[in-house]
Amino acid sequence: MRELLLCPPDYYGIEYEINPWMSVARAADARIVQEQWKQLHATLSKLDCKVHLIPPQPRLPDMVFTANAGLTVGRKFIPSNFRHKERAGEQPFFAKWMEQQGYEVNWLPEKLFFEGEGDALFGGEVLFCGYKFRSDIQSHRAIAEMIGCLTISVELVDPRFYHLDTCFCPLPDGGAFWFPDAFDEYGQRAIREHVTDLIDVAPEEARHFSCNAVIIEKHIVLPQGAPQLVTKLQERGYRCHELPMTEFIKAGGACKCLTMFMPQREEAVT
Amino acid sequence: MFSETIELRGHIIDSLILPKVLDQILTHGANFKISEIKIGQKRADQSFARIEVSAETSEALDELILRLRQHGAEVAERADAQLAPAPADGVFPPDFYVMTNQQTFVRIDGKEIEVRPTMMDTAIAVDRKRGAARAVKFFDVHKGDEIVVGHDGVRVVPVQRATSRTDVFQFINTIIDADEPKSAIIRELAEELRRARKTKGKIAVVAGPAIVRTGAGQHLVRLIETGYVDRLFAGNAFAGYDVERALFGTSLGISLDLAFARGGRENLMRAVNAIREAGGIAAAVAKNVLTSGIMHACVRNNVDIVLLGSIRDEGSIPGATMDAIEAQKMMREKLADVTHALLLATIRHSLAVASMLAPTVKLVCVDIDASAVERVVEQQPLQSIGMITDVKPFLRELTDCFDKLQKT
Repeated sequence: MRELLLCPPDYYGIEYEINPWMSVARAADARIVQEQWKQLHATLSKLDCKVHLIPPQPRLPDMVFTANAGLTVGRKFIPSNFRHKERAGEQPFFAKWMEQQGYEVNWLPEKLFFEGEGDALFGGEVLFCGYKFRSDIQSHRAIAEMIGCLTISVELVDPRFYHLDTCFCPLPDGGAFWFPDAFDEYGQRAIREHVTDLIDVAPEEARHFSCNAVIIEKHIVLPQGAPQLVTKLQERGYRCHELPMTEFIKAGGACKCLTMFMPQREEAVT
Repeated sequence: MFSETIELRGHIIDSLILPKVLDQILTHGANFKISEIKIGQKRADQSFARIEVSAETSEALDELILRLRQHGAEVAERADAQLAPAPADGVFPPDFYVMTNQQTFVRIDGKEIEVRPTMMDTAIAVDRKRGAARAVKFFDVHKGDEIVVGHDGVRVVPVQRATSRTDVFQFINTIIDADEPKSAIIRELAEELRRARKTKGKIAVVAGPAIVRTGAGQHLVRLIETGYVDRLFAGNAFAGYDVERALFGTSLGISLDLAFARGGRENLMRAVNAIREAGGIAAAVAKNVLTSGIMHACVRNNVDIVLLGSIRDEGSIPGATMDAIEAQKMMREKLADVTHALLLATIRHSLAVASMLAPTVKLVCVDIDASAVERVVEQQPLQSIGMITDVKPFLRELTDCFDKLQKT
């Protein structure tokens, strides 16, 4: 059974601007926020997984996006080093909580920026890592050494898709769906060389954070607004759960950003 | 060229980071040399590459390195140059670095600075405050000057042969013997000098007395009049023979027109005296005392004359530099922007000039003595042509080529 980490959105809000989606002038509606998050929590809870909750903290509105807490492989937890000071305060809470759950906390060197599962996703035996906007490519090398697996570093070039999990979503069958324009040509080539069955997401659907999906076996939990993608996924035998995510998209996040796997992989293939 | 060594580590092959970095170097107009590469054997093994990146300017290099850092490139640590104070005026510290005539950089406080000027057989003095490094000769060094010692932190960039265009220097780069044909090469050389003219190159002629004495002066005059000489380097004697010929029709007493007629040194002494009386060569031209010859053509065509004295001179012509160290300084100054040098029939002067030329200068040495040509060409091994021949036919053919080129 998969275990997931979520954080209730009690202190969530648009209080600063650190990506092109955020505008302090466009606040999230607190009531709808609660509804949308509870719906995600309920949907995931019904699937074959166990959902853990970390207590939210005041003045850390983005703590709700637990995918950026770090990367968990087996019993190892690698906490993030957030690029923006606005989010740096989340790190000690996540690290302490994971330690309390019995995870061995492996710290990256302080100077290397890394934003957890947001920029590090396993696809097959490979750990795909995004870099430039939030994570440094040097952090990928350090992670590869820590967990001992092949990491493919891909450059993100569209600031709207600032984390890898906003434009790339590996599937358990070895395929993936993605928005190719979010990567430079070398990143696109590297992904194509390592993923055989790729589903391209149309720009208008990618804008709805369609790639920001949580996959539990044959179930895919993703934001509403991607009918073409949903059809393609259904043709491959997946069951799609489309959820309203409008209030979280205002901060540049959706289903996957709100979820961290504990662990993402039991062990890395060396 | 400015350069830095960068290192890439990680899964740089599978992620295509290595090809991306190399492509970026080239698309930014820079160059690279992979000095080391280790490819991981197993799937999870990381790879490593050490790459020397070079760019035209320090700013372009900095900007490129900044971009490459985003893709994980790390600048390899390099040692700074070691410095030691000069123990006394005119004395370098032991183990001082001896510079060549190739472009040289020294690393001071982690930053590379180019040594200016490039000068053979010198030491390198560093001025930390100004962030400058210069080549210094013995006479130029003062007690306490910081001098580069050892080889750490010194980088020499050898001149590469041009690949963009083929010219006569590209292929020849050798010595044409007395019994080998020369016309085709002289024709090519004329083309090259014409190109130099068009591209604002500077042509220097180093002229030996044989030019005047063999009667080749008229051809050099034509070369000057057609605008192919920017600077004329010669000895005091050359000028003396030339004005003697202009004033008395003889050089060292020998008439060009009368076979076997030999005179004494009297005419030379009188000619030098006439120039001294007029107040120098330019004044003699202005006063119509000097109305023909090479010196006259130089003055009329604004050719910069660099006259140097020697110990056995009969008497110096006003304007000739007699102090050896002063002469050396002046020659370096006057050779700094020269792109092409014709060294004609004067071994000692040619050797002195060749030792001061930047390695990019294209050099032609003409002399009747094979060993003299060999010694000069050796100093500029990449871009030189040596011709073993009497200077008169060489100059005649060269000026004929220019006449033909002008007509076409």
